[in-house]
Amino acid sequence: MKRPFKTRIKTLKIDGIDVGAREDETILELAQENGIFIPTLCHLEGVHDVGSCRLCLVEVKGSNKLFPSCMTYAEEGMEVITNSERLQTYRRQVLDLLFSERNHVCAVCVSNGNCELQWMAGKLGITHVGVPYLYPQLAVDASHPYYAHDPNRCILCTRCVRVCDEIEGAHTWDVMGRGVDCQIISDLNEPWGLAESCTRCGKCVQVCPTGALFTKGKAVAEMKKRHEFLPYLRSMREGRNE
Amino acid sequence: MFNKLEEIALEERGKAEQYTHTINVCTAAGCASSQSDAVKEALENEVRNHGVEKWCRVRGTGCMGLCAAGPLVAVEPEKPDEVLYQYVKVEDAGDIVASLEDKPVERLRCSTDIPFFTRQKKIALENSGYIDPESIEEYIARDGYSALMKAITEMAPSDVIDEIVASGLRGRGGGGYPTGLKWTTVAKSDGDTKYIICNADEGDPGAFMDRSVLESDPHRVLEGMAIAGYAVGASQGYVYVRGEYPLAVARLKTAIRQARRANMLGSGIGGTLFNFHIDIRLGAGAFVCGEETALIASIEGKRGQPRPRPPYPAEFGLWGKPTLINNVETLSSIAPIIRNGGDWYAQIGTATSKGTKVFALAGSINNTGLIEVPMGTTINDIIYEIGGGVSGGGQCKAIQTGGPSGGCIPADYFDTPVDYESLAKLGSIMGSGGMIVMDESSSMVDVARFFMEFCMTESCGRCVPCRVGTVHMYNILDKFSHHEATPRDLVLLEKLCDMVRNTSLCGLGQTAPNPVLSTLRYFRNEYVEHMVTETNGSGPVTKQMEVAQ
Amino acid sequence: MISRNEKIEPPSDDKRWRIVQATMQRNGFTRDGLIETLHTVQQSFGFLDDDSLRYVAASLNAPLSQVYGVSTFYHLFSLKPAGRNTCVVCMGTACYIKGAPSLLEQIENEYGLSRGETTEDGHLSLMTARCLGSCGLAPVAVINGHIAGKLNAEEALQRLQALQEVENVQQA
Repeated sequence: MKRPFKTRIKTLKIDGIDVGAREDETILELAQENGIFIPTLCHLEGVHDVGSCRLCLVEVKGSNKLFPSCMTYAEEGMEVITNSERLQTYRRQVLDLLFSERNHVCAVCVSNGNCELQWMAGKLGITHVGVPYLYPQLAVDASHPYYAHDPNRCILCTRCVRVCDEIEGAHTWDVMGRGVDCQIISDLNEPWGLAESCTRCGKCVQVCPTGALFTKGKAVAEMKKRHEFLPYLRSMREGRNE
Repeated sequence: MFNKLEEIALEERGKAEQYTHTINVCTAAGCASSQSDAVKEALENEVRNHGVEKWCRVRGTGCMGLCAAGPLVAVEPEKPDEVLYQYVKVEDAGDIVASLEDKPVERLRCSTDIPFFTRQKKIALENSGYIDPESIEEYIARDGYSALMKAITEMAPSDVIDEIVASGLRGRGGGGYPTGLKWTTVAKSDGDTKYIICNADEGDPGAFMDRSVLESDPHRVLEGMAIAGYAVGASQGYVYVRGEYPLAVARLKTAIRQARRANMLGSGIGGTLFNFHIDIRLGAGAFVCGEETALIASIEGKRGQPRPRPPYPAEFGLWGKPTLINNVETLSSIAPIIRNGGDWYAQIGTATSKGTKVFALAGSINNTGLIEVPMGTTINDIIYEIGGGVSGGGQCKAIQTGGPSGGCIPADYFDTPVDYESLAKLGSIMGSGGMIVMDESSSMVDVARFFMEFCMTESCGRCVPCRVGTVHMYNILDKFSHHEATPRDLVLLEKLCDMVRNTSLCGLGQTAPNPVLSTLRYFRNEYVEHMVTETNGSGPVTKQMEVAQ
Repeated sequence: MISRNEKIEPPSDDKRWRIVQATMQRNGFTRDGLIETLHTVQQSFGFLDDDSLRYVAASLNAPLSQVYGVSTFYHLFSLKPAGRNTCVVCMGTACYIKGAPSLLEQIENEYGLSRGETTEDGHLSLMTARCLGSCGLAPVAVINGHIAGKLNAEEALQRLQALQEVENVQQA
């Protein structure tokens, strides 16, 4: 949900580096432009942000609060710290919680080697999970002719929900339930293969960061997801609308 | 138009004067659940049987406060000689009516000279128990809607805001954000369309202030909303009320209909150019919808999931428009402030917390019920004076304020004055006003587990720390309550508390660890006592352990 | 402007659909009225089944998954029919410390139910509430819409037993 902005230029500091920004740019976008790494799992260029994974939290000088960089806009004179010890600890804890929530055993996952969660754990130096596993037993849905949905691998980033609604316009996916019982569902919690609204476009599969949505019949090594199409699609559409 | 209001008021007062006696029966939910409706009917019958209906009337009124002693019946001859009866049964109706011209029925009498009544100061609740909540005329007879008329005919919107700023009123929903500042922000926000939302999604378990106000004096909330609408430039308001409060919803609906008919809501209010409409939106059982952004999502028909702030609803709220969200009690305080001036209100209370606060006393306390006291009253006064002490004669161990976002305050700190800052210093919060008294038999670990279970099941599931963190914290607390926890669990629990508090998306997650943190602060030994036990053949023995502080 | 959604036929010719339609009409057949509409369906039919969800979704032009997501988010909406009798035990703080957990446990044991479940014969649904706001009367339960305060387990079981007897008499 972008606020209406008049485009003005702001100058601020990220990790001590002076940067200039349009005021409709988020801290995350700015950091990426300037080659500063901020981890995130729910952000996806091309769809709106929800700020739910809490990995991209950053500190802003003068405030005790932490800010989700994907939804915090550049402001004049801001001093942003993206990688303090405190933030690193919290990020590792967030990953701990994600690993403990469902069943993320990489060795038996189709996305092994191509998984953003796995990559992120490596990047942030997770060697073990500090909390007990919850291991719910969730049924895999393989009713779709081309794809399959394994909720055991899902981290509820809702990228699939957003891409299906905002880009494809089908809104096959949504979240049901509440709290730890939340699950991604298609239509009225029906098997994906029976969901009338699904156009079989496969965008959701391409944007899924883990092995929760995958293409059937592909070997583990081929399971590479491509979401470069998204910004491209969006800029093409915006161009058409102008 | 002023004249019209006055006409109604005069007529109503004249009507009241025909009766030398009025019997008020509390029909708010507390007394209603002890069959006050039947008592009211019996009294009506008795009045007819005795042939005294010419000078005696029976009215259903709102909450009289002392819910523990319900059903409550008050006989109003000339004040101050009001007679209050407690625990009234249907059989007692005859005696009460027969005694009207004679001495009151002593066996039923509840003294109104006790601190429960004398120590209170009623502003938000000034009409509760004195008017029929389903009669707009009675509300008008007690100066109802005169504040709204004063605002829209004599004051500029900025004057209204100035009064609220001067009053020092702060949000009564829990956060304590200055109300005047909030109004100013919304008034300054660009946009032709703005909204007022009354947050009546009272979700804290153990809190029933808002329900009581809505059931006892619904017009006061509507008047507050209309004044707010005039001040910030909004012409549409919503009351977001819990679906669990059917009586409050019914009374609100009646009140809105009456106010529209009396031209106190709708188009061209009171003959001016000011328009203000109010609609009701029903909550559907989600605590998180008390959070501003989740509440907005819910009114928009979506899952009640919060979004990060900023942007704040004051700039970007309902349907993207500037939106003012105030709690029921805050809005109930608006009319008296406009009537009597902000300075009058600012005289009551402490330096930083002005005015009065309504509390719902519950738990192991003699006088359970609803009270309103000036800010700065000490906890001791509330528990022992007004509350009448611990029920069953036991010792009070701690009180819990602020519900699942608050904390426990041990008896050692009961000389603390109740205001926003003092309670925060003790690791709790003012919250919406639930005050649960716990005696020696309550286990603090159990209390912490209870609230964590609450937060776990009420978590909306959007952000990771709250969704998964609360589950782990609950599991650890459960281990404690089964004497299965180890020192490592305690360390992990504290780590999780810190993480969930600092990284969660909304207030629910950020405050979920509070009950744990505050009980750990004051009752750490109980956690230690609840650690793993070893059986030595004759039963469990607690193993005391040194735990790193 | 007449919305095309008005033309969508209800799942049956049950008259209660007219009330549902009226609610949707009041909200201009927009998605904003989804929760209001679900409230009306729940009140009129006692629960939300697939047919009603599909009808509401079609009428409000809302995605099915969104309607399902909203229905499962809020605890007042139920996707299963309730029992012929309901017992709601309040688990608010005041009730909790005044013994609601043991009250609940004894009812659970007596009927072999967990909270949120209905007996197999559809006789009784046992539910819990967050707080009924009748803290002065803790512990509180609502049995078939009537609030019972200062309740102990024996009394609660007696009242539930009485419901069973009423039903037996009606069947006989």
